[in-house]
Amino acid sequence: MLKNLHEIRTIMEAARPEGWVMEPQAKRIFSLAGLDVPRLAVARTAGEASRHGRDIGYPVVAKIVSPKIVHKSDVDGVVVNIPDEGRLLDVFRRFEALDGFAGMLVEEMASGVELIAGAKIDYQFGPMILLGMGGTGVEIYKDVSLRMAPVTERDVPGMVAGLKARALLEGYRGSEPVDIDRLAAAVAAFSELVVELAEDIESIDINPLMCSARRCVAADARIMLK
Amino acid sequence: MDLSAFFSPRTMAVVGVSSGNFQHPANVVFAKNRHRYPVEVFPVSPRGGTLQGREVFERVGDIPERIDLAVIAVKADAVPDVLVDCAAAGVGGAAVISGGFTEVGRQDLQDRLAAIAREASMPLIGPNCLGIYVPSRVDTFFLPSERMVKPRRGNVTFVSQSGGILVDVMIRFAQEGVGLARAVSIGNKAVLGEADLLPFLVEDPETRVIAFYIEGFGRDEGRRFVRAARQCGKPVVVLKSGRSPEGSRAVSSHTASLAGDYASFSAALAQYGLLEASTKSELVSFCEVLSAYPRPAVMGNVAIITASGGHGAMAMDACSSYGIPVPTLSGPAQEKIRAALSERVAGIASLGNPVDLTGSAVDDDFAACADALFAMGEVDCVVALLLPYIPGITSDLGSKMSTVASRHGKPLVAYVPQVDKYDMLIEGFELNGVPVSPSIEGAVEMVRALKGNRPC
Repeated sequence: MLKNLHEIRTIMEAARPEGWVMEPQAKRIFSLAGLDVPRLAVARTAGEASRHGRDIGYPVVAKIVSPKIVHKSDVDGVVVNIPDEGRLLDVFRRFEALDGFAGMLVEEMASGVELIAGAKIDYQFGPMILLGMGGTGVEIYKDVSLRMAPVTERDVPGMVAGLKARALLEGYRGSEPVDIDRLAAAVAAFSELVVELAEDIESIDINPLMCSARRCVAADARIMLK
Repeated sequence: MDLSAFFSPRTMAVVGVSSGNFQHPANVVFAKNRHRYPVEVFPVSPRGGTLQGREVFERVGDIPERIDLAVIAVKADAVPDVLVDCAAAGVGGAAVISGGFTEVGRQDLQDRLAAIAREASMPLIGPNCLGIYVPSRVDTFFLPSERMVKPRRGNVTFVSQSGGILVDVMIRFAQEGVGLARAVSIGNKAVLGEADLLPFLVEDPETRVIAFYIEGFGRDEGRRFVRAARQCGKPVVVLKSGRSPEGSRAVSSHTASLAGDYASFSAALAQYGLLEASTKSELVSFCEVLSAYPRPAVMGNVAIITASGGHGAMAMDACSSYGIPVPTLSGPAQEKIRAALSERVAGIASLGNPVDLTGSAVDDDFAACADALFAMGEVDCVVALLLPYIPGITSDLGSKMSTVASRHGKPLVAYVPQVDKYDMLIEGFELNGVPVSPSIEGAVEMVRALKGNRPC
């Protein structure tokens, strides 16, 4: 039983009219469930954007927050590697004009291998947990492992072994290997959350889940409600 | 749940017999069980009268004996009343053959059947099904005996949502010499589904291999099913239809798109150690080999014996595509085989693995080669590709090689082309517990099933 379940459910209830939980709130949920998320803040004005940029420290990532925009990349609503305040404010002004603008998420850059952790409530098999190669090409490569929940830390190495691109996690051509224990802990915590929320959700994407030798960070997240 | 009433009934009521139409499903079921099975059969029809000299009872409750199994083949709307009557009479189990329920949109009527059966704790199979066939025990299929192809009695139980697929698979079992323990057609699954039958079959001493044809599950039923399989020390094989993606239905997340109905089905099966067959013939191959070797075996390395280089190469390709290792034999290992071969063959055989004994080989070369290979610690399984048209092979080879395999306690799988004139060779294997495939790929599929049959 998750100890922060009450706060998690409160956030989900607030999002119910939209049918999905937007990124800042979704990250709050994952953070409450014990997953690592980037340092972040939401700016509603240019002044707030400047301050968050300074607080978090450049380079930063900026993302559109809008209840109307589920797929941010489709509207060029994600900008990574922003080097300074001038560029951040340019991005802010462009985002302001997007449909349903509710703010700009400013967050620290995460680095590592782009994975996806996902969940879907299957009619026949109940909650399913997915782990695979993430990023925008996820549906092109379709390189994923799928398991019936609950998934424990012990199951995760087997899920990784089922990926065609597993070598990229094991330290391919001199790169540092991903910390599998950390990844396993993240997936197990995610699975626990999914089992708890199975009645209320339809699916969840954490894409990308940025994994390196040091961290495994939910860099983007979306929760679709039932 | 105790389902034994379905599989070994002593008494049976057949409800819905006609006085004039002898091809009526109820009449067919009545006639075949009366004449051919060790079960006492009572015809039932509200019109009464007599059938083949036997009194027709108006209701199941009028029969003077307690009824183990009621087979119901009346019009859909009349089924609920018959079930109420069965429940009151304490019937051990009901098989509803009649159609006209959810398959034609009558969910309400089907729900009534389920409610009556559940209320009375009476196991119910169907509706819209063929029911049960157990060799030499009972047969509720409304197919005339002379039209049915019956496999021999054996240890494979097959449960199918489709009656047609069930009968087709029985024909293939008969052709391939696969022995059948029970065949169950479960139709619309108003009460009993795969997940309910599985725990019974796990405990069933007659069943060593459990196979299913599945179209789909109800809500969370798949989860219940795979979990029941996990408790199981018996291999479970599943053939699934409806595997194509769900068209262009709008999907709002990557995970929902990547974890579609079939992807989830297949993943859950693999996770719990069930074997998924992708075609009907693969299902039959899996059942055949697992029927011969139901216990999980150490399945690392495979050795291939052939009399033709081409056959060896084809088998190698199939092994490689399934990730089945066929390691090259060491020099000393090859010398051990060579020493066991006849002089003529020893000089020309190539022994690297595949072991090609050439078209000059005779029965004793194959048997000696298998003996030497099985004796090697690094060989876990032998695939023998046998070409009965080479002059040195006789119809005795099947029993000779089978004896060698059983002495070593390691699995042997054979390929023999399936033509009538080679039947004695094939039977020499099959009657001695060695599975034979009519294709090279099929033989390798069998090895794949053994490899996939992991201890749970």
